[in-house]
Amino acid sequence: MTAKIEVHDFNLFYGKNQALHDLNFQLNEREVTAFIGPSGCGKSTFLRSINRMNDLIPNVKVRGQIKIDQQNVYDPHQDLVELRKHVGMVFQQPNPFPLSIYDNVVYGPRIHGISKKAELNEIVERTLKQANLWDEVKDRLDAPALGLSGGQQQRLVIARVLAIQPDIILMDEPASALDPISTERLEELIIQLKESYTIVIVTHNMQQAQRISDQTAFFLNGYVVEFAQTQRLFQQPTQQKTAEYIAGQFG
Amino acid sequence: MEQVTNLPNKKLEETSLAEELRSPAKKLIRIEQRGRIYTLLSAWILIITLFSLLFFITSKGIMPFIHGEITLQNFFSTHWGPTSAEPGGPFFGSINFILGSLMVTLLSALISAPLGIGAAIFMTEISPKFGRKILQPAIEILVGIPSVVYGFIGLTLIVPFIRNTTGSIGFSLLAGVIVLSVMILPTIVSMSVDTIQSIPQSLREGSYALGATRWQTISRLLVRTSLPGLMTGVILGMARAFGEALAVQMVIGNSPNLPFQLMKPISTLTSVITLNMGNTVQGTPYNSVLWSMALILLLMTLFFILLIRLMTQRGKQG
Ligand SMILES: Nc1ncnc2c1ncn2[C@@H]1O[C@H](COP(=O)(O)OP(=O)(O)OP(=O)(O)O)[C@@H](O)[C@H]1O
Ligand SMILES: [Mg+2]
Repeated sequence: MTAKIEVHDFNLFYGKNQALHDLNFQLNEREVTAFIGPSGCGKSTFLRSINRMNDLIPNVKVRGQIKIDQQNVYDPHQDLVELRKHVGMVFQQPNPFPLSIYDNVVYGPRIHGISKKAELNEIVERTLKQANLWDEVKDRLDAPALGLSGGQQQRLVIARVLAIQPDIILMDEPASALDPISTERLEELIIQLKESYTIVIVTHNMQQAQRISDQTAFFLNGYVVEFAQTQRLFQQPTQQKTAEYIAGQFG
Repeated sequence: MEQVTNLPNKKLEETSLAEELRSPAKKLIRIEQRGRIYTLLSAWILIITLFSLLFFITSKGIMPFIHGEITLQNFFSTHWGPTSAEPGGPFFGSINFILGSLMVTLLSALISAPLGIGAAIFMTEISPKFGRKILQPAIEILVGIPSVVYGFIGLTLIVPFIRNTTGSIGFSLLAGVIVLSVMILPTIVSMSVDTIQSIPQSLREGSYALGATRWQTISRLLVRTSLPGLMTGVILGMARAFGEALAVQMVIGNSPNLPFQLMKPISTLTSVITLNMGNTVQGTPYNSVLWSMALILLLMTLFFILLIRLMTQRGKQG
């Protein structure tokens, strides 16, 4: 197992409020890592730190390092476009653009210089199939994406991320708007994607974390309380708080 | 079965409650009625005023053609000589003014649309702080300046400037276009700012997260998704330019030329109406033709409103 993402003494502040405290761990290449923890504990904040989306929020300050392939993403010379091309993100709220379904998927590829119609068509078909949306929308690719249901929108933004062919995919509660069947399909997709991508997923669903992840991090109040192999963490938690959380005693 | 037996009981309860609700104190009913009469009256006064205006302008505008005082051919020609005693005269050709109005409107929109949208993007996306603190109040002041002041500034600064740099007389299509461009700029900017600001932040984040640069996000996402709103701003500005009379009349020279040379003095529908309405006699063809021009102004304005309606509807369908 090679480390894809290494986190060293990472701290993050929203103004004066510290949201993340001294995070230290490694995420392995071609594995799924799950982040669990109660609401407001910093899971999204950390996820958004990996591709530096927090740069868009005023007054955010960070200390420490996040390294991807040994390269610190907070290096002043880091090219953000390059970083985000390699680190795709599925947001907590589905956010399709108010364009057609087709234009949503090809938005990324077009930005990165692909303009041949045939190539774009191929990307659209492939990624929509991967995201299990193709059959539902193949006859109306020109229809507005905002006309899709919440779950369909979520799968569309997953296809949109796959279309830029990142190395790492960050998913913030991607199943929160999905029905059980779509959720199951999404889990299958994630396991399948693991072959070639490194995946980080935030989830409130403990069973889901156990089904799909290799490692799990338990966040609490901005700290990572426990980080371990998923089986180990759920079966023999070493921390009192972890045991209480997975037993459903708070959160 | 249980539900069926329960049903009559429930209905009874509901009826008595509903009756109570429907028969409030008499005083309340009176207040209610007064309120309804007041709003209804206001609405009707508005509608009646509007329709009598429309009817008045339309009938006045069509009259000279129905009475045969002016032929359509005469009206839609380029020969303007309302007091001419030449054979075939007087001549009421208004095409030059119609084209003049269209020309100043189009040219000023051509200048103000890119400038205004650009400024709006700067204010919302590039430097929101500076935009809010400096540009926003500046725009509000620009809106508040009366048009006579714009005309006065044009007369004092722009006309002499054109005269000195080109050797023409200075009063010109160009001077009108410059004054109008400044006048409609705030309309376009504020409408564009509203539109761009209404785009949710999550869409910008979605674009950045796919590796888009700020400029790509602006040009491929923000401008594209706010296009109907931006166009609405531009058309609102054009409607304002088309209807503006005073400031334009002060700087364009008011000669009945075709508006195809920037440095030449021209006339517009509005400038001809304002300049001539005072010194023509009611009921004469000279006076009536001004009403026909007013009708054309009205029709153009309706056309602009229709365009805006279409735009905003398209925006909603998204
Ligand atoms: N833009 C922001 N500005 C200031 N504080 C923020 C901002 N976003 C999040 N926070 C704060 O940071 C803390 C962590 O929030 P975060 O969204 O990361 O939690 P989360 O673990 O993802 O929760 P959830 O499970 O509800 O999504 C919270 O206390 C939150 O109030
Ligand atoms: Mg979250």
